[in-house]
Amino acid sequence: MTSKILLKNFLRGPLTEAAPAPDDAALAELAARVNQAARARLGRTLSIREVDAGSCNGCELEIHALNNVLYDLERFGLRFVASPRHADVLLVTGPVTANMREALERTYHATPDPKWVVAVGDCARNGGVFAGSAACVGGVSAVLAVDLHIPGCPPSPTALLSGLLALVESVST
Amino acid sequence: MDWTASIADRAAWEQAAASLPRGAQSLLSLWGEPGLAHLALINSSRISLLHLDCAAGAFPSVGRLHPPAIRLERAMRDLAGLDSEGSPDARPWLRHAAPYAFLRAEGEGLHQIPVGPVHAGIIEPGHFRFTASGETVVRLEQRLGYVHKGIDALMAGAPLERAATLAARVSGDSTVAYSIAFAQAAESALGAAPPPRALWLRALAAELERLANHLGDIGAVCNDASFSVMHAACGLLREHVLRAASACFGHRLMMDAVVPGGMRSDLAAHGARELTALLAFVRRRFPELVHLYDNTPSLKDRTVSTGILSHALAQQYAAGGYVGRASGRHFDARRTPGYAPYDALRFEVPSVQAGDVNARVWIRIREVEQSLALIEQILAGLPSGAIHSPLPSARATTEGVALVEGFRGDIFAWVRIGADGRVERCHLRDPSWFQWPLLEAAIEGNIVADFPLCNKSFNCSYSGHDL
Repeated sequence: MTSKILLKNFLRGPLTEAAPAPDDAALAELAARVNQAARARLGRTLSIREVDAGSCNGCELEIHALNNVLYDLERFGLRFVASPRHADVLLVTGPVTANMREALERTYHATPDPKWVVAVGDCARNGGVFAGSAACVGGVSAVLAVDLHIPGCPPSPTALLSGLLALVESVST
Repeated sequence: MDWTASIADRAAWEQAAASLPRGAQSLLSLWGEPGLAHLALINSSRISLLHLDCAAGAFPSVGRLHPPAIRLERAMRDLAGLDSEGSPDARPWLRHAAPYAFLRAEGEGLHQIPVGPVHAGIIEPGHFRFTASGETVVRLEQRLGYVHKGIDALMAGAPLERAATLAARVSGDSTVAYSIAFAQAAESALGAAPPPRALWLRALAAELERLANHLGDIGAVCNDASFSVMHAACGLLREHVLRAASACFGHRLMMDAVVPGGMRSDLAAHGARELTALLAFVRRRFPELVHLYDNTPSLKDRTVSTGILSHALAQQYAAGGYVGRASGRHFDARRTPGYAPYDALRFEVPSVQAGDVNARVWIRIREVEQSLALIEQILAGLPSGAIHSPLPSARATTEGVALVEGFRGDIFAWVRIGADGRVERCHLRDPSWFQWPLLEAAIEGNIVADFPLCNKSFNCSYSGHDL
C-alpha cells in the first residue's frame, strides 16, 4: 500500500507550486540592516528556529504549512531546525508574554552570530490585539532587535514565503 | 439552550462541589473576578451557574473534593486574587513571578528530564518535567502559562466587537469555534436570535475547521511515529481545506468570520462550487490513507496500546472531544445541550473504549467522515436570507453562557454585559483544561520516546489554556 501511494506520487510529478515574487517592501526593510560581511559568510542556506513567544497558535499553523508539499520551503534553501544552536534566523511569533520573555532572550543568546530576527504576525510587531496587556511585553522589538517583520493575522504561507525569500536574497547577494 | 443562574451561599456552593465526585453532574468551569467566584456545572443537558460572593477574597475549594478543579483554582488566584480555602495545591499557575516548586519524585535510579518551554518543533511553549526510570516515565509534571496573554483582563470593559476579536484569538486553531461560543454567549445575554442562514454558515465554518484540524492531526500523529507519507498526504488535504475556506470566507482560518449577531460576510458566490470540489477531492484521497494507516503494522505498533487513558479518568475530568470519546465518554456539545443547526442535521458521534493513541486517531478519522457529510448537508439545506441581525442593546447588566463543540472538544463561554453594552467580564474555558492533566496520567508507564506521539494524539492547546 505504501509503495502504491509512493509510486502514484512519483508518476504524478511534484505538487509544489511556483515561488511567489520576493516582497519588495520586506526586502528593502531588511537590506538596510543586514551586514555585508555576514552575507558573504553565510551563503544561501538558512536554518530557521521558530519561537512562539505568546502566539494564539494561528501563526504556527501557517508556518507549519510552509513545510507541506505545496509550498515545500526547503527547495529555497530554508529549513527549520530543532535547536537555536543550529539556527541563523529566529522566527518569532506572538506579543511576547512576560512569561516567555526570558526564554526568548535565552534562545536568542543560544543562537550563534551572525543571526537575524524575523517577527511574524501582527502581534509580533506591537502586541496586536493584545497590546496594552499587563501580561505582555508588546512586540518582539521590545526585547530583541528585529531585522524583518512579516505582517498578517496570521500571514498566509505565501506571505511568509515572500518575506523569507526576501531574507535569503538579501543575505546571498 | 437550557441554563439557570443563581446566587449561591457557601452551603449551596459546597453542596455543588460535593456532587461532582459522585458524578451526579460534570464540572464545566470555575473562574473568578475580584470579589466573586463562579461555578458552571452540567447535569445531563442542563447548565447551572453558581455565583458566590467572596468579599473576603476566599471561597471553599472545589479542587479539595474534585481534582479537575485544582488548576482552575490556581488560575483564579493568579487572575482574580481569590484564595481557595483548603486547596491541595496552592502553587501559582499562570503567573510565573517566583521560582516554581516542582513535585518531588523519589526512588532509586530515577532521573529527571526537563523539556521546554522552547521545544524542538514548531509548537507552542510549555514545560514538561519527566521523571524516568530508565526509559519508562514514572511521572510527568506539566508547567503551563508561558503564553498567558491576560485575555480576561483585556476583555473587561471592552466593547462587544473588540471582545469578539479577542475571543477569536484565544486559540488560533479553534478560532471559528471560539467566535461561535462568544457570539452565542453574547446573544444569549442580550436575547438576540441571529438569522437561520447565519447559524448554518457558522456550522459550515465550524465543520471546515474541524476537518482541517483533524486532517492535520492524523498526519502529525503518524509523523511522530516516523511515518511521513501520511503526514505529507494529510498535509495536502488540509491545505485544500484551508484554501477552500479562504475562497468561501476570505480567510484561511476563517478568523473573525463569525460575529455576535450572525456572520461578517456571506458565503462567496463561488463558495458552494469550491466546497463541492473539496468534498470530492477529500473523499477520493482520504479512504486510501485510512487503509494505509490501518494496514501498516510498523505504524500501528507505535499507536496501539500506547498512552492509554482510562474511561474512569475521562469521565472524572469530563474530558471533551476525541480525548473523551476515545475513552468511552460519549459527549458532544453539538448534541448535548445542542444548538442550531445541528438539530436539523444528521450526524453520528463516534466513540470507542480503548483510550490509546490509535483510538484517538480513529475518532478523528470517523469525525472527518462525519464533517464531510455535514458540509454536504449544510450546502444542500442552506437557508436563504439575511446573515446578520443587529443586537438589541443591553438595558441592564445581563449574562449569557454557551457550550460549543470545537475540533478539540467543548468550549464553555460566559459573558456579563453591562448596561453600557460593554463586556464587564468574560470567561472562555478551553477543552484543554481538562485534557492536559489527563496527558500526565496517560503517559505514565510509557517510554519517554512515545511522549511526542501521545502529546500529539491529545493535541491540547497551550494558548487556549493559558489565556
